[in-house]
Amino acid sequence: MSPAIIGLCIFLGAPIIMSLLVSLRDWSGITAPFDSEFVGFDQYRQLITDDGVRRRDFALSIRNNFYYVAGVVPTQTAIALFLAVILNQRRLKGKGFFRTAYYFPTITSSIAVSLIFLFLFQTRGAVNAVLPFQDINWLANPNGVIHNILGVAGVDSAPGWMDDTEILSLPLWEWISGPSVAMLSIMILVTWTTTGILMLIFLAALQNISPSVQEAAEIDGATWWQRFRLITVPLLKPTITFVVTLGLIGTWQVFDQIFVISFGGPEKTTLTPAFLTYFQTFQNGEASLGAAVAVVLFVIIMAFTVLQRRLMRNRDWS
Amino acid sequence: MARSGTTSEAVRPVPLLERDAVRLWIRRIRLTVSYALLVFFALMFIMPFVLAAISSFKTLPDIAQNPTGLGFDGGLGSPTLDGVERLNRERIRIPRWALNSTIQTVSVTLGRLVLATMAGFALSRLRFRGRWFIFGAIIAVQAIPGIVLVIPKFLVMKQLGILNTYWGLILPLMFDAFAIFIMKGFFDQVPHEIEEAAAIDGATLWQTYSRILLPLVSPGLIALTVLSVQGTWNEFLHSLLAAPSNADIRTLPVGLALLRGAFGENNPWNTLMAASLLTTIPMAIVFFTFQRYFREGLAAAAVKG
Repeated sequence: MSPAIIGLCIFLGAPIIMSLLVSLRDWSGITAPFDSEFVGFDQYRQLITDDGVRRRDFALSIRNNFYYVAGVVPTQTAIALFLAVILNQRRLKGKGFFRTAYYFPTITSSIAVSLIFLFLFQTRGAVNAVLPFQDINWLANPNGVIHNILGVAGVDSAPGWMDDTEILSLPLWEWISGPSVAMLSIMILVTWTTTGILMLIFLAALQNISPSVQEAAEIDGATWWQRFRLITVPLLKPTITFVVTLGLIGTWQVFDQIFVISFGGPEKTTLTPAFLTYFQTFQNGEASLGAAVAVVLFVIIMAFTVLQRRLMRNRDWS
Repeated sequence: MARSGTTSEAVRPVPLLERDAVRLWIRRIRLTVSYALLVFFALMFIMPFVLAAISSFKTLPDIAQNPTGLGFDGGLGSPTLDGVERLNRERIRIPRWALNSTIQTVSVTLGRLVLATMAGFALSRLRFRGRWFIFGAIIAVQAIPGIVLVIPKFLVMKQLGILNTYWGLILPLMFDAFAIFIMKGFFDQVPHEIEEAAAIDGATLWQTYSRILLPLVSPGLIALTVLSVQGTWNEFLHSLLAAPSNADIRTLPVGLALLRGAFGENNPWNTLMAASLLTTIPMAIVFFTFQRYFREGLAAAAVKG
C-alpha cells in the first residue's frame, strides 16, 4: 500500500471515525463525550427507520437540500459558462472591468452578503420594487415552488393517495413540493455569489483553447451555436466536470446563508443536513444525533461526487 | 469541422464583397448583444453593494419609502449619519468585532506563512522517510467536507481548553493543508541548481531556506497572504464554534450573523448595511490592490473546494 493511501485513510478517516464514534453514543455535547452511554445505532435508527419527528426533520432537510442542489448547480454552471464564452470574444473591450465586477461578490463575507440580501428581499424591499409583480413575501414564505405552480394549474391540495403515502415520515405530496420561496431566495443569493469564481475557472480553460480551432470552424461556416456545442463544450468537458463537482460538494454543505437568512425556517423549509448537524449539536443538546446527520451527509456527498463523475465520463457530448 | 456538409453550403455563390458586408454586420450585432448582456450582469453583481452603500446613509423612513432610490430624500431626513453612529451601541459592537477579526486574520496569516513555507520547503527539498505519506495526508485532509469536521474540531478545542479564547479563534485555522500544498508547488518550481551552488559556497540548510529560496518564492508568499487574509476575515463556522459563550471574542461575521432577529420587525437597516459594508471594504481594498494574485490564488483555491 502506498504511503499516500495510508495518509488518506488516517487523515480522511480519523475525523470521520471520531464523528462515527460520537454518533454511536448518547452525548449531549456538554459533558465529556466518552462518559456518555453507548447506544449503538440508535441515532441512525431515529433518522432512518423509526417513525417520528426526528426522521421527519431529517427527511425535510434532505428534501430541501436536494432541491437546492438541483437548482443551484446547473444554474451557476450554465451562467458561468455563458458569461465566460461571451467574455472570451477577441474583439471585446473592457474585459478586465466585467471580470472584476463578476467575481467581486466571491471574495466578500457570506454573512455580510446575506444581510444585504435579507435587506433586498424584504416584502417592501428593492427586489419587489423592481419586479413587475405584486409584492412577494420571499423570506417568510414556506410554500413550495412546485406546489405553487400546481396551484396555478388548479391543483391546490394533495390528491388523497399522495397525502397517505409516506416516505420517511414525510407524505409524498411534501416530497414533491419543490424548494420553498424562502429557499429560492437563498438559492438566488448563492448563485449570485459563486458564479463569478466559476466563470473565472471557465475563462482560464477557454483561454487554453487555440483560437485557430474556432476560426477554422468559422471559415467552414459553422454558426455560433454549432461552434459552442460541437467545439467549446467538448473541449471544456474536464472543466465542466470539475465545476459541477465543486458545486455538488459546496451546495450539499450550505450553512452560512441559512444561519443568517432563515435559521432553518419558515416551517423548516430551509432546514438542511449541515444546518441540522449544527442545530442538534450546539442548540439542542443532541450532539450524537448531530454527528449521525454529519456522517450520513458525508456519505451523500461522496456518493453524489462518485455518481456525477461516472455520469460525466460516459456521456456522449457530441 | 464535424460535418463537412456545412462547408459546401457556406460557400454560396454570393459576390465576395457582399458576403463580407453581411459578416461584418453579424459581427457588429453579436458584439452589441454581448455588451448588453455583460452590462446587465455587471449591474446585477454590483447594484446590491451600491444600494447597500446608499442605504447606510438614509433614514429608516426614507429606506421604507424608497427601497430602490439611489438618491436621498431630504424631506425624510436623508442623508444622515444616524445609521453609522449606531455601529457601536448596545448589541452592535462593530469596533470590538473588527478588532477581533483583525487579530484573528493577522495571527492566522502570519502563522500560516511560517508553517506553510517551512512545511512546503521540507516536502519539496528534503529527502526524509515518509515524505510521500505526509504529502498524501495533506491532500487527503483537503477532501473532507467541512461539516464532517465540526464535531471532531469542537472536541479537540474542548480538550485543549481553548474554547472561548483567542487561541481557539486562531490556532486551529493556522494549520492549513491547502497553504502547505500551494507552497510546496512554488518551491518545486525553483531549480535545484540554485541550492547546489549555495551548498558549494558553504550555506547551511537554514541559510539556503531563509536567504536563498524564500525570496525566490515571494509570489507564492503574496498569493498565500492574500488568500489567507480573505479566507480568515470571512470565516464564519469556525469562529462561531470557537466562541460559544464569550461575546467578547466574536468576530465580524459572527457578530453580524447573531444580530439576525435581534430587533424583531424593526431592523435598523441603515446600520446593518453600514456594518455589512464595513465588513466588505477591507477585503475590497485587498482585492483591488492584489487582483492578479487573487485571480491566480482563487483559481487554485477552487481546486480545494
